[in-house]
Amino acid sequence: MSDAPNQNKGPIARFLAAPPDSVGKTVFIAVSLCLVASMIVSAVSVALRPLQEQNKLKDKQANVLQVAGLFEPGMDVLEGFSVFEPQVVELETGTFTDAFDAATFDDRAAAADPELSVRLSDDPAGIGRQTKFATVYLLRNDDGSLDKVILPIHGYGLWSTLYGFIALEENGNDIFGLQFYDHGETPGLGAEVDNPRWKTLWGGKKLADEDGSLQITVAKSVPPAGVDYHVDALAGATLTSVGVDNLVRFWMGEAGFGPFLENLKSGGI
Amino acid sequence: MAQTKRDLLVDPLVDNNPITLQVLGICSALAVTSSLQVAFVMALAVTAVTGFSSMFISVLRNQIPGSIRIIVQMVIIASLVIIVDQVLKAYAYEISKTLSVFVGLIITNCIVMGRAEAFAMKNPPIDSFIDGVGNGLGYGALLLVVGFIRELFGAGSLFGVTILPTVNNGGWYVPNGMLLLPPSAFFIIGLLIWAVRAWKPEQVEKREYKIQVVEGH
Repeated sequence: MSDAPNQNKGPIARFLAAPPDSVGKTVFIAVSLCLVASMIVSAVSVALRPLQEQNKLKDKQANVLQVAGLFEPGMDVLEGFSVFEPQVVELETGTFTDAFDAATFDDRAAAADPELSVRLSDDPAGIGRQTKFATVYLLRNDDGSLDKVILPIHGYGLWSTLYGFIALEENGNDIFGLQFYDHGETPGLGAEVDNPRWKTLWGGKKLADEDGSLQITVAKSVPPAGVDYHVDALAGATLTSVGVDNLVRFWMGEAGFGPFLENLKSGGI
Repeated sequence: MAQTKRDLLVDPLVDNNPITLQVLGICSALAVTSSLQVAFVMALAVTAVTGFSSMFISVLRNQIPGSIRIIVQMVIIASLVIIVDQVLKAYAYEISKTLSVFVGLIITNCIVMGRAEAFAMKNPPIDSFIDGVGNGLGYGALLLVVGFIRELFGAGSLFGVTILPTVNNGGWYVPNGMLLLPPSAFFIIGLLIWAVRAWKPEQVEKREYKIQVVEGH
């Protein structure tokens, strides 16, 4: 910077010409840069939010399609998704409720709403609060009989809450598939829950044995109930596997969709 | 050292490549090159960030106090990275799901900081922008070469399109699964550095020491 006479310049020019290392200028640059940067970042984030929300919704719908085995790459997700019949289930009774619009009901928001959720004292899935209502997706055959039912499940793994879907056959006991659409597990280890080969292990497994007690297990070795109830745990991801085991058993159990599955079995749906 | 704008753009592609010559940004190069599509998007993201961060830092270069200059550079780079991440989430959601972690790590990519500190702090904005883009492209070019090798021989496809039908899908090609794991990129980058330096021997660093024959007493 030259030492040109400063008296002719305005305040801005004088400020710009001042040595950058003075305390005042250092503080000013730090504060103003942070302000400008934060404003730009928040503006971008707010402007792009609607698109991102739409992508998330589409992704969730694509996952429902995938878990039901109906997804093909390049398909129109919105159109494909219309084959499902969304319904809101009251978990305690296991029956459908008309109190909410199933197309827009948000399970995650409901789980945070004290009116619509309960604090769990016995919480193996590590979810804290549990929603009283959940959106399920029914897939019907051409003649109107039930083909598959897709249930939302979530629970804590190692680092993060895993959100996913489980697809059951019409008898409410045979598993068709399982898929997580949102999680933050370790890439290469826990994130292998997304591995297609691992996901195929779920197909054809059963939830409960003939006596009706829940037997499905994610474990390294075959449980006493037999291979029909066993999904091999992920190598190197013990805690994620335990988390998946807990969350599936929780949501398929009495506190989760148990009553709903009972109704399904007795043909009440 | 007078450099034309063309030199600024072209030099980092081979002669002064940030990965093969400066050996910067290796970490992310290992992680994002298992498929070409991901490598391509990552290359674009890094190019955008190095270009614009160099430009903005250069605009502010006479006003940035020396005592906090690294922090100022980090704020600018981090803001740009967040913007890139948000744009990816809005317009390329599928890719952003696999890339999100690594896009965040562009902040710590040595190439971005290196150009900011070594070039943008001393040169005018337009030159800095071109230099940043050039280095981003140099990084991207290497990502694409590594991604090409890894995806073709590891998964039998390019950009997700099957080139060599794999045995799993009823074809004849037995894919080399190791190429899909990050360590394989280490070998490939190492071999590439070797190849480039064999082609251009002036890139070989001088030995820091010399083994001398000591005569017996």
